[in-house]
Amino acid sequence: MESCNCIEPQWPADELLMKYQYISDFFIALAYFSIPLELIYFVKKSAVFPYRWVLVQFGAFIVLCGATHLINLWTFTMHSRTVAIVMTTAKVLTAVVSCATALMLVHIIPDLLSVKTRELFLKNKAAELDREMGLIRTQEETGRHVRMLTHEIRSTLDRHTILKTTLVELGRTLALEECALWMPTRTGLELQLSYTLRQQNPVGYTVPIHLPVINQVFSSNRAVKISPNCPVARIRPLAGKYIPGEVVAVRVPLLHLSNFQINDWPELSTKRYALMVLMLPSDSARQWHVHELELVEVVADQVAVALSHAAILEESMRARDLLIEQNVALDLARREAETAIRARNDFLAVMNHEMRTPMHAIIALSSLLQETELTPEQRLMVETILKSSNLLATLINDVLDLSRLEDGSLQLDIGTFNLHSVFKEVLNLIKPVASVKKLSVTLNLAQDLPVYAVGDEKRLMQTMLNVVGNAVKFSKEGSISIIAFVAKSESLRDSRAPDFFPMPSDNHFYLRVQVKDSGSGINPQEIPKLFTKFSQSQSSATRNSGGSGLGLAICKRFVNLMEGHIWLESDGLAKGCTATFIVKLGIPERSNESKLPFTPKVPANHGQTNFSGLKVLVMDDNGVSRMVTKGLLEHLGCDVSTVSSSEECLHVVSHEHQVVFLDVCMPGIDGFELAVTIREKFAKRHEKPLIVALTGNTDKVTKENCMRVGINGVIQKPISVDKMRSILSELLEHRVLYEAL
Amino acid sequence: MEVGQMQRRLIEYTKSLFMEGILDDQFLQLQQLQDESNPDFVVEVVSLFFQDAEKLLNDITRALDQQSVDFPKVDAHVHQLKGSSASVGAQRVKNGCIAFRNFCEEQNVDGSLRCLQQIKQEYYHVKNKLEALFRLEQQIVAAGGSVPMMELSF
Repeated sequence: MESCNCIEPQWPADELLMKYQYISDFFIALAYFSIPLELIYFVKKSAVFPYRWVLVQFGAFIVLCGATHLINLWTFTMHSRTVAIVMTTAKVLTAVVSCATALMLVHIIPDLLSVKTRELFLKNKAAELDREMGLIRTQEETGRHVRMLTHEIRSTLDRHTILKTTLVELGRTLALEECALWMPTRTGLELQLSYTLRQQNPVGYTVPIHLPVINQVFSSNRAVKISPNCPVARIRPLAGKYIPGEVVAVRVPLLHLSNFQINDWPELSTKRYALMVLMLPSDSARQWHVHELELVEVVADQVAVALSHAAILEESMRARDLLIEQNVALDLARREAETAIRARNDFLAVMNHEMRTPMHAIIALSSLLQETELTPEQRLMVETILKSSNLLATLINDVLDLSRLEDGSLQLDIGTFNLHSVFKEVLNLIKPVASVKKLSVTLNLAQDLPVYAVGDEKRLMQTMLNVVGNAVKFSKEGSISIIAFVAKSESLRDSRAPDFFPMPSDNHFYLRVQVKDSGSGINPQEIPKLFTKFSQSQSSATRNSGGSGLGLAICKRFVNLMEGHIWLESDGLAKGCTATFIVKLGIPERSNESKLPFTPKVPANHGQTNFSGLKVLVMDDNGVSRMVTKGLLEHLGCDVSTVSSSEECLHVVSHEHQVVFLDVCMPGIDGFELAVTIREKFAKRHEKPLIVALTGNTDKVTKENCMRVGINGVIQKPISVDKMRSILSELLEHRVLYEAL
Repeated sequence: MEVGQMQRRLIEYTKSLFMEGILDDQFLQLQQLQDESNPDFVVEVVSLFFQDAEKLLNDITRALDQQSVDFPKVDAHVHQLKGSSASVGAQRVKNGCIAFRNFCEEQNVDGSLRCLQQIKQEYYHVKNKLEALFRLEQQIVAAGGSVPMMELSF
């Protein structure tokens, strides 16, 4: 196309460009106006935006730019001056603002950048904290596991349960593949596989205890990682194909009670450890974490304590069982002993009777036989029979007595008796035998020896007979002397009887009897044995003298029962021997009137109740008393005459009166004088009446005075019927009556 | 009142006398001496005691009234009274006499007088009691019953 000659208007080509410019400016303005709006909108939406005024500035800058572009729209075409001015203003403002903004951004952008850095930093921190929290949670869970484990372990005192529980709980907590416990054997040289988690009954694997890996584990109290290939870890066949899991071993101290000092924690000076081996699952790539190792260590300690408790308990249970056993055995032994004693007593009781009956028959009939006509040989035979059977009877009695003494079932028959007459009887019994052997026997009783004593008369006599009999038996010639006296405190403490501490008191006295013989004597070494049962002295001379050897044993028992002591002394063989014994006897009470012991052999005669016809004379100046006494005597059947003064008495009294009762405490009348006079009145002995003094006094002086003047008896008023009765009987029997005042 | 009741009353009465200490064992002894051969023994003894006592009390009173008291004589009387009362079992009278003798030994006139008063009181007391007792006994006998024996069971 050639250019035409026509003038081409510039406008259509420029108009297209202008159009495009026009449209672009429009869109720019639009954009510039909408950006701040968006900004405002989103900032308002967000909570935090530190630079608001920067935003304002930026907004202003953009708006102005937009305005500029907008105004530019009018400048494409011819525009008026105002538009130009506006345009200029807008541009100026825009320039100012944009410069300001540019300047501002220099400050702002580093800040914004640092914000970003901080944000990054915080994010990292948060991530780290998350990690740590995860760790803590794990640890807490581990701690919980430990507590639970410990609780499980300590909730039982049974050793097996403890160990089994430990393994089970550990396996569960740590998700182990295998957990095993190796205990040291008795010898201490090997470790034996005792418990495993998965296998029920571990076969008795043993490993020697001195392997280096084991020593390594034992030397530290921490859980130590060991190689899966070491012998203690090779417990089960490899389950996985590739890599066995990591293995950790820890020592478990086996504590004894002695390890627990009072102040310290148990010292681990113990040498005995068990080994706990824990295996992580194979092929799992799990590793032992620190907290898991700590868990294992804590558990190992707890197990140690729990085991020691279990051991203590076992020990005490065993001790208790032992005690129970012993108790049962002792009980049985006691019952057997009791049965034996009962059996023996029964036996003795039966045999006593059974043996004595034939013995009596033999003795009785032999005695009778002795009385008959016999040839000398026959007589000799009968005498021998009699002697032997007497010996046998004595032996039986002795054995029985001794067994009763041993039982403690023998009791003394305490009674009041005449001590002097006991001695005299013994003398009388022994004199014939002694005279046959041509031994002289002397009896010496001390002056202060009481006439009456309280004790077991029969057994005292038995003891004395035994002692004196021994003296006679073991003496071939010479003399035997018996001395009896009251032992005083000084002489009671005898060096030969160091344990004997007699205490004389008001109610008792100690009788000491010494029997000295000049016979064969005793070897001093034999003396201790003398009092033991059935032992005979070895010398042949004494052997033949017979005797069962029980006599002294029985004497000793009797003397002991009487709270006394007996011993023998000898200067040696053929130098004689002295036997001494001390016994405790009682002093008879004085105020006991119902006991009127006179001669013990004569039984108290209460029989005579009717004194009919007995003529008595009563002298009392008190009419009432006189009447009462008369009534009393008449009640007893007497023929009573009464007088009230001494003259009357002397006048009335005759030989027919058998008893005269005088009241001696009459003032003004001397009863004693009267008594003397009455006695003098009758010269002949058989005519003398018995004079009895009645008195209200209780003193000894009166009694002595009565005795002095020859009064036959003293009675204290008031008198009861029974008393009068017994008084009269005694009086008439013995012709003397002095009751204890 | 019928016999059983009277007997019981008698026993109660006698018991009370013992409980109060007016009579003692000696009285029982007297009762024991009473039998068919001697049916009124107790009454006789007691009557004699009353006579004796009254006479003695009068004598003592007169003796104490004197200007200068003859204590040995008073003592002798008191001794007699003591003996009598002891023989019948009049316990309080006897005790009074024992106390009296102490005063006599001290030659204490005032004490003696006081003691005498007391003895007199006791004496009349026991006299009344015994007379009442005997009346009871007579009533029982009159009613045809028998006098029950006391037992020393208290």
